Amino acid sequence: MIFNLDNEARREQASVVNVSRRRFVQGAGVLVLGWQLPGALAAAQAGKADTFTPNAFLSIDAQGRVTVYAKHVEMGQGAYTGLATLVADELDADWAQVRVEGAPADTARYKNLAMGIQGTGGSTAMANSFKQMREAGAAARAMLVGAAARAWKVDPATIAVRAGVVRHAASGRQAGFGELAEAAATQPVPAKIRLKSPKEFALIGKPSLRRADSADKVHGRARFTQDVKLPGMLIAIAAHAPRFGATVAGYDASAALAVPGVVAAIPFEGSAHRSAGVAVLARNTWAARTGRDALKVQWDESRAYTEGSDELLARYRQAAARPGLPAAARGNVEAAFAKAARVIEADYEFPFLAHASMEPLNCVVQLGDGRCEIWNGEQFQTMDQKAVADYLGIASERVTINQLYAGGSFGRRASPHADYVVEAVAIAQGARKAGFGVPVKMVWTREDDMRGGYYRPAYLHRARLALDDRGRLQAWQVRVVGQSLIKGSVFEEFMIKNGIDATSVEGLSDLPYGIPNLSVELHTPDDVRVPVQWYRSVGHTHTAFTAETLVDEAAQAARRDPVALRRELLKGHPRHLAALDTAVRAAQWDRPLAAGKNGVRRGRGVAVHESFNSVVAQVVEVSVDAEGELKVDRVVCAVACGLAINPDVVKAQMEGGIGFALSTALHGAITLDKGAVVQSNFHDYPLLRINEMPRVEVHIVPSQDDPTGVGEPGVPPLAPALANAIFAATGERVRTLPIRTPLRKAV
Amino acid sequence: MAIQLEINGKQTALDAPGEMPLLWALRDLANLTGTKYGCGMALCGACTVHVDGAPVRACVTPVSSVEGKPVTTIEGVGNDAAGRAVQAAWQELDVVQCGYCQSGQIMSAAALLRTNPRPTDDDIDEAMSGNACRCATYVRIRAAIHRAAQALA
Repeated sequence: MIFNLDNEARREQASVVNVSRRRFVQGAGVLVLGWQLPGALAAAQAGKADTFTPNAFLSIDAQGRVTVYAKHVEMGQGAYTGLATLVADELDADWAQVRVEGAPADTARYKNLAMGIQGTGGSTAMANSFKQMREAGAAARAMLVGAAARAWKVDPATIAVRAGVVRHAASGRQAGFGELAEAAATQPVPAKIRLKSPKEFALIGKPSLRRADSADKVHGRARFTQDVKLPGMLIAIAAHAPRFGATVAGYDASAALAVPGVVAAIPFEGSAHRSAGVAVLARNTWAARTGRDALKVQWDESRAYTEGSDELLARYRQAAARPGLPAAARGNVEAAFAKAARVIEADYEFPFLAHASMEPLNCVVQLGDGRCEIWNGEQFQTMDQKAVADYLGIASERVTINQLYAGGSFGRRASPHADYVVEAVAIAQGARKAGFGVPVKMVWTREDDMRGGYYRPAYLHRARLALDDRGRLQAWQVRVVGQSLIKGSVFEEFMIKNGIDATSVEGLSDLPYGIPNLSVELHTPDDVRVPVQWYRSVGHTHTAFTAETLVDEAAQAARRDPVALRRELLKGHPRHLAALDTAVRAAQWDRPLAAGKNGVRRGRGVAVHESFNSVVAQVVEVSVDAEGELKVDRVVCAVACGLAINPDVVKAQMEGGIGFALSTALHGAITLDKGAVVQSNFHDYPLLRINEMPRVEVHIVPSQDDPTGVGEPGVPPLAPALANAIFAATGERVRTLPIRTPLRKAV
Repeated sequence: MAIQLEINGKQTALDAPGEMPLLWALRDLANLTGTKYGCGMALCGACTVHVDGAPVRACVTPVSSVEGKPVTTIEGVGNDAAGRAVQAAWQELDVVQCGYCQSGQIMSAAALLRTNPRPTDDDIDEAMSGNACRCATYVRIRAAIHRAAQALA
C-alpha cells in the first residue's frame, strides 16, 4: 500500500525545513513508501490504508534521488550512513544517489524497536534497524521492478537491479529509478520480502563506502540547531541558578535592556529537574550574551544543594563500609574471604563528568495556538515531545519536532527529564506572554553547558579479592556507591528491580570471569541533588575500570600473565576470547615491548570488556619519563560487534571512543564547592588534544551475526588498559580518575 | 553603524557594533553559519577563520579589528588550493564525526599547509592543538593533513 502519509501533519512538519519532503507529498512522479512496523507488513494491501499506520523510511523522486529518512539522530556515530547503507543495499541504489534526512518526531512510525520509544541510545541504532531498514529498501526495489515489468511486459523475475539501474537483459531495456518512480508508486507493497544473503550485499560491509554526512560537514553546510534562523527569531541566553535547587528571588534587567538589540528579560521557574533563571532575549547572540551578563539576579539559595564533592566522597566511603543491596551474588563470598591466603583491597574513585559536546546545548521553539514546533538535534523524541506537551498542557501530537544534526551529545541530548528542551519552551512561552510570539532560539553558553548538571555521577567502589594459596581467584566483592541515573525518571518502573538500577552496576554484575564466589552490592544515595545522566557507555564508564584493573591485580599477585589469566577465566565466552586474542596478537603481546631511552619507562596493559552486546579488547602502550610525564604511545583495539555494516565507521567509532575515554581518564572531572560547580569552560575542564592522541590500530573480528553496538563499546576498556600499562611501566596503581599526572618520578 | 568587511572575497556591510566578535557578525549578520561557537574564549578553535590568511579565533576578535582585511571562512576556504586539498582529504578519509568542530579544524589545517607544505607530526601537533574535537577524530585529522600535503606537492 502506498500512502501520502498524513498530508496535513506532514505539510506542517515540512513547512520550514523540508523542501524535498514537501515536494514528495505533493505527488508528481514520486514514490513514497510506507507501512506499519514489520509484523504488519504482510497485511499491507492496496486500498486498505485504514488497516495500518503508515511509516516512511525512503522516497525516490523523479530525478532518481533516494532520500532516506533516518529515525536516529546523527551525532557523530554514523547513524545516517548506517541506516542509508541498509536501505540502499536492498534497494540496489547507487550510493551517490542516496541522501539522508532526519525523520521528524513520530513515535508510531519511527520508534526504536529496542526501546519502544523514539530515541537513540544504548548503541542500538543499527541493531534495531538492521531488518527494518533492509525491508524498507527491498520493498521499494520490488515495486520498482514491478513497475518496470509492467511497462516492458516481461516477467519481474527476469529483471535485475544494480547500482540504481533497473535492467531487462534479454530485451536490453533499462531505466533509472527516477523514470520508474511514478509507476512504482502504483505497485502493491509486496506481501513477502526476500532479503539478501550476506554474500549478495553490495554496500553492507564495504570499507570503501564513504559517510553520508561528510560533504556537508566539510563545507560548513551541515545544519545544527545552533544554525537555525527563522523569520523574526529572537536569541535567548539565560542566567541560570548558581546552585542546584536555587530560585529567582528578584532581578533587575535595566542594564540588560539598555544593551542595543536586547528586547526583553523573561524569568522562568525551575523544577526538581530544571534550573530556574532569567532569560535575555535579543536580536542577535552577542546582544543576548551581553545582556545576560548585565542582568542582576538575586538568587534564593535557602533550599539549594550545598554539598562539596569532597564531603560527598567522604560520605560515600562511610556508606561503602556497610553492605549494600545485592546486585549479583554467587557462592559464599564471606566463607571464601575467611579462608583466603591473600586478600587484595582497593577503593576506586570516579568524579562527576560533563558531556561537554562541542555544540553547547540549544533548542529552537516556535509556539502557536495550542501547538509547538521545535528544531533540535533530537536524541529522545518521545520523551521530549511528551514533556513539552505536558508542560504546555497540549497533546503530544501538537508538538512537532524537526530533526537536525547534533554537534555531539554522548548522552546529554537524551534527557529523561527533557530539561533543556522544556527550558526553551518555558522561555518561549514567557516571551509569548510578554508579546513576543516569535520563534526563540535558546542558546547555552559553554559555561551554562558545563555548569548545567546532568553529569555522569560520581562513584566510589570498594573492592576485595580473595586468593587461595596457589594464587587462584576465589572471591570477588565490589560495593558500588553512587546516584542512580534512572531513579525519579519514567524509566524507574522498568529499569530498577529490587532497588537495583542496572545501569549502576552493569559490567560488574554480569562479570564474565569464572570466579566461584561473587558479590556485587549497591548503595544508591537519594539525597544528592546533582542532576545526573548517562554518559557515553553509561555504567561501564566506571565498572569496567574496576573490573579490568582488579583482574590485573589478581594476575600480578599470582605472578600470572594478565592475558593468560583472563583467557583462563573467560572459558565459555568465545566473543571475549576472540576480541582478546585478536588484540593481543596484533599488539604482539608475546614479544617484549621495545625499551625506552633516556630513563623512559615503558609499559603495556590490556583490558577486555563487553558492553551494548559487543566485546572490545584493547592493548595500551605507554611511556613514562623520569619526571613522571605520561605519554600514551599506541592503542591496539579489537571489536566483536557482529556484522560490521560500515567497517570504516566502526573503526572511526573505536578511534573516537578511545580518544573520548582517554580524555575522560586524563582530564575529566567536575567538582563541587559547597554545591556550586567549579569548572566553567575548557581551561578547567580540558579536552584531549591532538598532541595527546595515541596511534590507534583497529581490528574487527569477522562475523555474520546480527550487528551489535559500536558507538559506546570502544570507551570502557581504555582507562583500565591504560592504568594497567602505567602499573607495568612504573609499579604505580591508579585507582582514582582522572589519573593524576605527573606520575611518580623514577627511583 | 555599518562595518565594511571583505568576507570570502566579497565586500559586505554589516550593521554591527565594533566590539561584536567576528564570530557572531559572521553567523548572525552575514548568515555564514559554518563557523561555529564552542567556548567564546579562544579555547577550542571551533570558530577559526582566516584574517589576512592567518588563522584567528573569531569568538574573541572584535569585528572592528578586521575592517578592511580579507576574512575567509569555511564557506570560502575551498577557493584556494590548500583549502580545497584539505577539504578533499577530509572527505576521502571521512574525518568527520559530529562535525561541529570540523570547520575550525579545516581552517587551521589549511592555514598550516599554506605556511608549511610538508608538516611533520610535531608540526601538526603544534598547529592543531588549539582545535578541540570531542569526538576525538585526531587520528584521521593527522592523516588527512598528510594526505592534503601530498596532494599539493
